[in-house]
Amino acid sequence: MFRSLTEPTGRLVTVSLDGRSVELPEGDNLAVALLRAGHGPFRTTPVKAAPRMPYCMMGVCFECLAEIDGVPNRQTCQERVVPGQSIRRQDGARSTGSAVPPAPAARGTP
Amino acid sequence: MTAGPAHQAAADGATVDLAIVGAGPAGMAAAIRAAELGLAVVVFDDQPAPGGQIYRNVAHPPPLPRHVLGPDYHAGAALVARFLASGAAYRPSSLVWHMAEGSLSHTGPDGGGTLAARRILLATGAMERPFPVPGWTLPGVMTAGAAQIMLKTSATVADDAVFAGSGPLLYLVVAQYLRAGIRIRALLDTTPRGARRRALSRLGSAWSGRTTLAKGLGLLAEIRRAGVTVHRHVTDLAAVGADRLDAVTWRSGTVRHRLDCRTLFLHQGIVPNVNAAMAVGCRHGWDEGQLCWRPALDAAGRSSVAGVMVAGDGGGIAGAVAAALSGEIAAIAAASDLGRIDDATRDRLIAPLESRRRRDMAVRPFLETLYRPADAYRIPSQDETLVCRCEEVDRGTLAEIVRRGCPGPNQIKAFSRCGMGPCQGRLCGHTVTELFADLTGRSPDAVGHYRIRMPIKPVTLGDIAGP
Ligand SMILES: Cc1cc2nc3c(=O)[nH]c(=O)nc-3n(C[C@H](O)[C@H](O)[C@H](O)COP(=O)(O)OP(=O)(O)OC[C@H]3O[C@@H](n4cnc5c(N)ncnc54)[C@H](O)[C@@H]3O)c2cc1C
Ligand code: FES
Repeated sequence: MFRSLTEPTGRLVTVSLDGRSVELPEGDNLAVALLRAGHGPFRTTPVKAAPRMPYCMMGVCFECLAEIDGVPNRQTCQERVVPGQSIRRQDGARSTGSAVPPAPAARGTP
Repeated sequence: MTAGPAHQAAADGATVDLAIVGAGPAGMAAAIRAAELGLAVVVFDDQPAPGGQIYRNVAHPPPLPRHVLGPDYHAGAALVARFLASGAAYRPSSLVWHMAEGSLSHTGPDGGGTLAARRILLATGAMERPFPVPGWTLPGVMTAGAAQIMLKTSATVADDAVFAGSGPLLYLVVAQYLRAGIRIRALLDTTPRGARRRALSRLGSAWSGRTTLAKGLGLLAEIRRAGVTVHRHVTDLAAVGADRLDAVTWRSGTVRHRLDCRTLFLHQGIVPNVNAAMAVGCRHGWDEGQLCWRPALDAAGRSSVAGVMVAGDGGGIAGAVAAALSGEIAAIAAASDLGRIDDATRDRLIAPLESRRRRDMAVRPFLETLYRPADAYRIPSQDETLVCRCEEVDRGTLAEIVRRGCPGPNQIKAFSRCGMGPCQGRLCGHTVTELFADLTGRSPDAVGHYRIRMPIKPVTLGDIAGP
């Protein structure tokens, strides 16, 4: 359904998608690369288990959430394709997986 | 990343003069001007490359013919180059998630941190207005802005999509698709009947209005020439399907239509992305012309919170040219507030920018009237339409909550989880305010908006600590 008009700019690397190996261009926007790979739905909702897919692609709707390398509730539209990455569909879980941030300490910007 | 004095200041953990959130036209123009005036500046942006929405990825766009994204897009490359050479420290892929008096906390590729800043400038831009129609949560339904983002970042498109809604950005994305040679199923234009006549009466003597109008009409002519089916005055728009989009339905006059499609791109204009400014405590008011919340700002962009300024579309929708001008003005005001330039210099520098901004913005009342989203597309009338996408709260449930005496968005929690999902009200805040106002006969200002808290986005320990 989604296709690229140009040759991939990054080299193809292997990532794990729900346990299956797929090749995606390194450095590409993860949500876009997954859409082109025909992945879907990205998650199901906590209340009615309804299927959802990316909506805004700019980080405001949180419909593109997935578990990346074991961390739930990652916005795939704000992530890049990294070799060896593991992406899993997220079923139902509410967004409690995000850590409560510690009180910001003044430690300067590294 | 440029190693300037500001960069060193930041690396030392010392206090910077100006921390800018957002590297769109407003943030980049502000950084350039502030660095020129000798301020130590750091710019945070959550995207991997500078540009913001309009100039997303402009320094390294995908290899598409230049006319596809067009001259207004490629013009941004010069601003990006000046920004990168400005001496302001630039931190890409860095989300600012917390702000307090004089400091902000951010994520980043090398780990996050907290930075002390004498002034904070929020240049966080706009987002597409929520467009709550039946079926808008179905897989296969996205926004027109999303279509454009996929094109700009990855040259990725969907064939035979339907575009629906109203506003200049919608026509621009359709035209960009057509220039790239992509087949489009149909454009369903929801601009209400009579809007053009009402708007023309507000054009007045705005010269920039004529250029903008000509550009807009040019896009529509381009779309028609390409042979795309355009349906006008579209009402009762709905997306239908069980587990994914199968079709779009609508009415034109009294005739009902249905069109099978796998991809629907929606757009109903843009609104300030207010979460950052609200979380830091800036006073906001409802703008009747733009039908959105906007922070209360003085002419230089100072908000109601000491030390916090706002520039660009995050302070009210004015477009990329005015965004850059407002960024420069805010930078000059910051330099003056920090005692780096005297009042006379400040006024001399701001005056020409202010008059250019005034000329550029003369067209706004016209555009706001022309593309004023129809009531039915802002305030859903069908009970089953979802208002809160995250927690799946529909219009009927909210109407019942209002009937049971819930006074406003902040008391909703006692009745439902509306607005409490991960998007933190971004995709329902405007709708909830207007729905409450409509059902109770109060003004949007009297109804209010959700109280927004830090962190602005959920962050993980990994984000904060880095790899
Ligand atoms: C999806 C979309 C597409 C658009 N496309 C066009 C177009 O093609 N042509 C046009 O004329 N206008 C377009 N616009 C309108 C756009 O608002 C203005 O043209 C212009 O980009 C506004 O400039 P700005 O500097 O105010 O904000 P923006 O350009 O939006 O820049 C804001 C930047 O801040 C970043 N940011 C936001 N919050 C944070 C945070 N907490 N931490 C770190 N970074 C943050 C954003 O990611 C973004 O990079 C578009 C708007 C949207 C929403
Ligand atoms: S698609 Fe909206 S946040 Fe990722």
